[in-house]
Amino acid sequence: VWRGKFDVARAERLLWRAGFGPRPGEAQKLARLGLDGAVHKLTHPGREHLVGHRPHDERGLPLAPFDAWGHDHVWWLDRMVRTSRPLVERMTLLWHDWFATSNSGVGSQRLMLNQNHLFRERGLGSFHELLLDVTQDPAMLLWLNGSDNSKDSPNENYAREMMELFTLGADRGYTENDVRQQARALTGFRNSWNQNTGPVNFRYDPQYHDTGRKTIFHHHGRFTWKDSCRLCVTHPDHASFFVRKLWSYFVAGAPDHATQRALERLYKSSRYEVRPVVAAILRHPALYTGARLVKPPVVYNAGLLRRIRRGIDTTAWTWLDSMAGQQLFYPPNVAGWDDTRWLDTATWRGRWWIAQYVLDRHALDPGHAHQPYDAKKLLDQACEFWHHPPLGRDTRQALHTFAQRALHDAKGESWKREQYPVMIQNALRQLIAVSPELQAA
Amino acid sequence: MTRACNHCDGLSRSRLLHRALAQAGSGLPAIEPGMPLPAGTGLTRRKFLATSLGAAVAVYGGSRLGFGALEEGIAAAAAGPAAPILVSVFLEGGADGLSVLSPQGDPLYRKLRPQLALTGGTALTEDDRLYWHPALGGLQQLYAEQKVTVLPAVGYTHADQSHFTSRHYWEVGATQANLRTGWLGRYLDRVGKNDNPLQGLSLDDTLAPALATAKVPVASISGADQYDFYSERVWGQVEERMLEAIGLLGHQPADAGLRAAGNVAAQVDRLRRQLIPFQSSNGFSSPVPYPQADDPFPQRLAGLAAMLAAGLPLHCVALTAPGEYDTHAGEPSALTQGLQLTSDSLVAFQRDLEARGLADRVLVHVWSEFGRRAAENGDSGTDHGAAGVGFLVGTRVTGKMVGEFPGLQKGLDGDGNVSATSGFRSVYASLLEQWFGVDAAAVLPKAASFTRPKLVA
Repeated sequence: VWRGKFDVARAERLLWRAGFGPRPGEAQKLARLGLDGAVHKLTHPGREHLVGHRPHDERGLPLAPFDAWGHDHVWWLDRMVRTSRPLVERMTLLWHDWFATSNSGVGSQRLMLNQNHLFRERGLGSFHELLLDVTQDPAMLLWLNGSDNSKDSPNENYAREMMELFTLGADRGYTENDVRQQARALTGFRNSWNQNTGPVNFRYDPQYHDTGRKTIFHHHGRFTWKDSCRLCVTHPDHASFFVRKLWSYFVAGAPDHATQRALERLYKSSRYEVRPVVAAILRHPALYTGARLVKPPVVYNAGLLRRIRRGIDTTAWTWLDSMAGQQLFYPPNVAGWDDTRWLDTATWRGRWWIAQYVLDRHALDPGHAHQPYDAKKLLDQACEFWHHPPLGRDTRQALHTFAQRALHDAKGESWKREQYPVMIQNALRQLIAVSPELQAA
Repeated sequence: MTRACNHCDGLSRSRLLHRALAQAGSGLPAIEPGMPLPAGTGLTRRKFLATSLGAAVAVYGGSRLGFGALEEGIAAAAAGPAAPILVSVFLEGGADGLSVLSPQGDPLYRKLRPQLALTGGTALTEDDRLYWHPALGGLQQLYAEQKVTVLPAVGYTHADQSHFTSRHYWEVGATQANLRTGWLGRYLDRVGKNDNPLQGLSLDDTLAPALATAKVPVASISGADQYDFYSERVWGQVEERMLEAIGLLGHQPADAGLRAAGNVAAQVDRLRRQLIPFQSSNGFSSPVPYPQADDPFPQRLAGLAAMLAAGLPLHCVALTAPGEYDTHAGEPSALTQGLQLTSDSLVAFQRDLEARGLADRVLVHVWSEFGRRAAENGDSGTDHGAAGVGFLVGTRVTGKMVGEFPGLQKGLDGDGNVSATSGFRSVYASLLEQWFGVDAAAVLPKAASFTRPKLVA
């Protein structure tokens, strides 16, 4: 457990790791609770209430998340921006990445949002129950061919990924034969097709289940899909996989050996409950002393909106976040997003454009607004606009240098001395938003 | 190929390179003098021209060099002797070799594939059991011209059936999970220049792992994207200063996360300046028609041919083929679509190279991370298998089959998957030695243990 000071900076870091960053004043409030109080509040948030204006598209119309392209993405982004339960929403995002299901293979925003709801409801509960729910979730049944898997024609897709990506890790404790046997155990799910509405009537039909004997991880029996999940979760290599993967979402670098073992014990002794393990990670010193983590694009985007209390008033965030490398409900493949590679020259440009769109309606008009002809004052005002993000000295120096150089250009012409400071103010807000300190927390 | 003299006037290196490209290329866009300025933005012409011509080029591993050095390196390399080009085309997902080349002449084929078995079409002259997939008419034509070498069962023993693991093995050129450089990347580390990122080029949104190097820079170009930056109500001199300031954000703080963000800001800054004058969508003309498609693959190949014609110093190029090849269900239509566009695009590319007189310099290698199970799975699909199908395309290939089709009676392993009759590392070793002229032992682990099929005529 972190025994150092739990100050505003640490509370802010906690809010980034366990949510989408602070609204103005939130980090201060959380810091006053102390670490234990703060973690308890995040892991036991009570009923959700949404703070702020209802989301709408650019024409002021309500979102149509089940139907309109891209509205699913902004619908969820709105939850991230307005929720009173940031950790629940962050866990929902975590499970979306863990059980990465893409609508490119599902083809139904409704089924994707149903799965999203499942992650939101179950995200801090039992992993075993979550796995059972995911296994029979219609979006997943379509995505990894679970409802194509029957006794006469076993389909190994889900069986393989369930072990490789969801519970055990590649080549850890299972064989090709286990894949085939698991596939047999998982048979029985079906769905029908409706010409107008697509996949419907998801069900478990015992007629399609292979009732024969199977051997999985050296256990023998007439296993069903529920046994399949249980065998994965109780597998001796599962807890270590679970802990390492869960940890990686919250802390940079792997846990040390003692921490890893302690978390595994906690996980097993709590009978595969997620909440205590997350709480322990959130209280671990490594979260507060370790390196910063690059924010996932939607976390970055939601965080900027929260900072200035702007709600969802455009669907542009869908393609902008996609430019930055993360369109919700469309992970790149079944292994999810690569959280170590959010930033490159192309996705950085996407973040620039996100910041640009967050700022556009706040841009001051050089023809009318007034700003001081003073680099330091300009920078202080820009920091004020963003509610004093924690910029390092080098970044402040870089921004100050920019402001000074640009002011220097204005020398000698009176219209420039009037208008340049306003444009510099606009530019400083943009540059702060893309600075390293706002990209990683 | 004529080329502009490098020291004859006061143009910047950058403009010189642009001009050389425009002159040498058969249709790369010259900078258009009459291009209108966007009304009221206050942009300078220099900047507008630069941003409107730039493709989004991501440079990997060139961080020690300023953009000027990279640009000069590209110009210098372009002036040197033309290198042989290897184009790697990846069928992502594990293409079903038994549909690509269907063994209709094998008595077990219809038993194993009651729903999926293909009928009719044209048999290979080298093996009348195997029939071309109907969507591969283009490749079949090139095969008849002896410009295609077929590898009917290529892979490795004890094939890993994880997409990620098997693909990784193919990318690094070894069955080693921890190898972090690609096989082409290690080759470039040996022969490449430390200032020419175009020597290893991914035509994709991110770098192909096969090109990952330890030392020399390589690059990826996503396509026609323009690498522009803008902020509301920031114009003229202030905007120029703002964009310069992106580089100022690239300082080196102690924290690893901040440093990562700062490094990328520094790269962005370099890249924004290092704009290479080609556009892949409409900015160049091709001497032959390419397929029209939503997928960028044909346009990327068309752009590649134009870049080669322009004398850009490319050496190893990687693309991902269009289509879905992980056909657990709905295989017939998915496979037909993907193969059709891939094959038609490759044929257009070949004809383009031939028309431009470049065909003898280019060899295309088509591969997939594994093949699929011999027995279908009952959902009009197939599960992950072992050996798959591969092709080499170009005027310099032998056109002689490498490894035979092992047959479905004796040629399946214990899991019911096709056994490999040629090894992917053997193919790499031969390409390194016969196409690039280097000792494969310097690039591939355990190179001595692999045979060297004759691939280049």
